[in-house]
Amino acid sequence: MTDSALRELADDPSSRKRFLKMMGGAGAVSAFGVLLAACGDDDDKDTASTPAAASTSAEDMKGDLHILNYALTLEYLEAEFYKQVIDSGIVKDPKVGSIAKQFGETEQAHVEALIATVKKLGGTPATKPKTKFQPTLDKGLMAVLETAADVENLGAAAYLGAAGGIKNRDVLAAALSIHSVEARHAAALNQLLGRGFGGKGGLSGTLPDGAFGKGMDEASVLKAVQPFLA
Amino acid sequence: MASSPLVAAQPVTIDIKGTTREAFLVRATLAAGATYGALSATPYITRALAQDSGGDVDILNYALTLEYLENEFYALAVKQVKGLSGDVLKLAKELRDNEAEHVDALAATVKKLGGTPVKKPGFDFGGAFASRTAFLQTANVLEDAGVSAYNGAGPLIKSVDVLAAAGSIVQVEARHAALIRLVRSKPPAPLAFDKPASKAAILKKVTPFITS
Repeated sequence: MTDSALRELADDPSSRKRFLKMMGGAGAVSAFGVLLAACGDDDDKDTASTPAAASTSAEDMKGDLHILNYALTLEYLEAEFYKQVIDSGIVKDPKVGSIAKQFGETEQAHVEALIATVKKLGGTPATKPKTKFQPTLDKGLMAVLETAADVENLGAAAYLGAAGGIKNRDVLAAALSIHSVEARHAAALNQLLGRGFGGKGGLSGTLPDGAFGKGMDEASVLKAVQPFLA
Repeated sequence: MASSPLVAAQPVTIDIKGTTREAFLVRATLAAGATYGALSATPYITRALAQDSGGDVDILNYALTLEYLENEFYALAVKQVKGLSGDVLKLAKELRDNEAEHVDALAATVKKLGGTPVKKPGFDFGGAFASRTAFLQTANVLEDAGVSAYNGAGPLIKSVDVLAAAGSIVQVEARHAALIRLVRSKPPAPLAFDKPASKAAILKKVTPFITS
């Protein structure tokens, strides 16, 4: 691959190196460090090391804290929903049950990591919202799975919509590492529900946005989750 | 979608909150200028912005190379893998078409930024199409690697528009990864936090598939 772009890219000094040079190695809080610690997995060989955070102004930090607390509120909702679904015993199928359990644990890990990150940045974590999932649970398993899929798709859209507003690159890295997990959850639940792609067939709906995910702004996301807030 | 650059399409759906990464960078540099004297700040701004555009084009071309690879992988798989049928064949075709749209969008975005899109490399996927199992296993590796690649590159992107484009693509790569994993009866989302990977690590992983 002598003339290939890949080789060129490989020989090129990495963007991160340039980035670090550009930022002059200004030390700041490494929020992503907190999240990685929360992952409980320190296999770094394959992982991009986090660039030293850019110096972030107080105003930008305030904006990032707002986004982190907004994300925290959504993660609280998701974690609580899975918890209530599992506690209700409505899921009988062991395969679906194990997915609900694992997704619930993941959302709880997101909650804890976001709380730790907000604290690390000197902010106050949002309090856990009071939720209202009983009407959904009363409607039965299909309604529960549909709600789970809707909420996960909404979560993915929320992170995507918020990413552009994040100023601190460590916070951005953290948000991206959660964003793609929400997208995985959304796709799995869509598939489980047999929502069709291309409008036909058993797998339809698994890729509801086509080739490009759609972001959603905070106001629209909060409006969409309003029915679940007590 | 294929011909419309994402740079133009995305800001409609993304709430950018009235600032760009470039503006932020200039502001940060000007703040440095206020401390050290306005004259000394000017070269920093020039250098920062020069590195800026080069950086984003590099990242987009890196992503483009990966999308070429994925697109070619599914295009060949659909023709060559014996025993692909029903939902799995449909999924492979859907993923092939998604990756083709990613290729078009990334190439258009590189051009829009004044860069030159990288050429499509030559590929050799070895025994990946020998069986349905081998195909799904390689697809799983490529899709998970794609997610890690975008997540690793995302924080290095300077333009919010380019970040929005990359974000909208990585979300779909993550969905692909989950679906392929489900077909393989593997957990669709094995980690609570998808790991970012460096460009070097990703290139090492895909180099065996690249022949020219």
